[in-house]
Amino acid sequence: MADTFLGLTPRDWQAVGLSLRVSAAGVLLSLPFGLGLGWLLARKNFAGKTLVETAVNVPLVLPPVVTGYLLLVVLGRRGWIGSWLFRWFGLEVAFTWRAAVLAVAVMGFPLLVRAIRLAFQGIDPRLFQAARSLGAGPVGAFFSVSLPLARSGVIAGIVLAFARGLGEFGATLIVYGNPESAPTLALEFYNTLQRPPGAGDDQRLWSLVGASLVLACAALGVSEYLERRGQRRESA
Amino acid sequence: MSLLEFHCRLRYASGFEVDAAFATDAAVTALFGPSGSGKTSILSMIAGLRRPQSGFIRLGAHVLFDSGAGVNRSPESRRIGYVFQDHLLFPHLSVRRNLLYGWRRRPAQARPVSFERAAAVLELADLLDRLPHTLSGGQRQRVALGRALLCGPELLLLDEPLAALDVALKHRVLDYVEQIVNEWHIPTLYVTHNPGDVRRLAQRVIALREGRVNGAGLPGAVL
Repeated sequence: MADTFLGLTPRDWQAVGLSLRVSAAGVLLSLPFGLGLGWLLARKNFAGKTLVETAVNVPLVLPPVVTGYLLLVVLGRRGWIGSWLFRWFGLEVAFTWRAAVLAVAVMGFPLLVRAIRLAFQGIDPRLFQAARSLGAGPVGAFFSVSLPLARSGVIAGIVLAFARGLGEFGATLIVYGNPESAPTLALEFYNTLQRPPGAGDDQRLWSLVGASLVLACAALGVSEYLERRGQRRESA
Repeated sequence: MSLLEFHCRLRYASGFEVDAAFATDAAVTALFGPSGSGKTSILSMIAGLRRPQSGFIRLGAHVLFDSGAGVNRSPESRRIGYVFQDHLLFPHLSVRRNLLYGWRRRPAQARPVSFERAAAVLELADLLDRLPHTLSGGQRQRVALGRALLCGPELLLLDEPLAALDVALKHRVLDYVEQIVNEWHIPTLYVTHNPGDVRRLAQRVIALREGRVNGAGLPGAVL
């Protein structure tokens, strides 16, 4: 097949690039919320904590297309938030790249929060108190003591959520649609599979499988390495 | 008005209750009592790390806590140097950065103790670039003392600083504590269950039992 590099066509590379960008943006968007919620769940007891925990984990157990539909209901032009965004800022979310980013953010959020929560739970809470007694405010103590000590776990969570985002399909299909001009890697795989077989399609499919595997393994490898490095540091 | 006035009640979910009242003007006051008598709880309340259900804590002219008046100053605004029983050095920071953690958070004009002098007195100059996990128990204790000293405290809280040390090291650390008290004149509340430490360091002792004060006065009279 002409114009291929490592078995992928320019269109495939475009899909890989879009998936990487959407995944990175989704994780960046959810990170501040993940940090706050992970710390809160690790450190505080409050009324409704179980409810919050359940709500955070819902995307893990719901069929992704259902999560996508709920996002569409909320973010569509007639949705609760979508109508408001359109009225005040002229901003459309559903069926744009923003929707793909939000789908990735929501689907990866449980993994992100879980890793961050575990990382904070592994830190002696009295170190935070020690920082406070030495003159640091709560925010200063968080950024100078809690966050650096939880760093490996936080990065592992980021990588896991990022990897989850690269493979995101169901929610993305519903809320982003399946635009012919800019599919993500998972959507492009699906489209190729759905088309009547053509010359070279088998090879393309395997190349897309290869690209997905390389990206997923690289992300998991980084996550595993960081987790082990964190454990080594704790036992030192 | 005494230098430190404490009158607080704190009840834990377990049912254990600390209900203690004392006042002191001494340079070194010992909180003396067996394990579980509420010594560390009292230090935590003074440092603002644990909130009493009721009562008041005054340090000089400052009200740190007063349930009646709705005052509860944050830990960072209390200016109290707390040396925890297990040191709680920040494991990701070098000795130097541990020592400077509180010092850097004070305005330049409110740093009564110079970094160089504290490092010299506590013999820390050779340890400054090391990480806490590479230090011995005695070295960690000295870093914890230095860190609390350098945050410019108006009161030092020492929670059983000799608990995990062997006899030879205990005497050296006691020397350091004495030197700190003599050189910088920072009032100190010293938690211990060892009568020998009380006699050597303290001018006044508050004896605690099951969360209550059951004796206060000169070490010779109480012990």
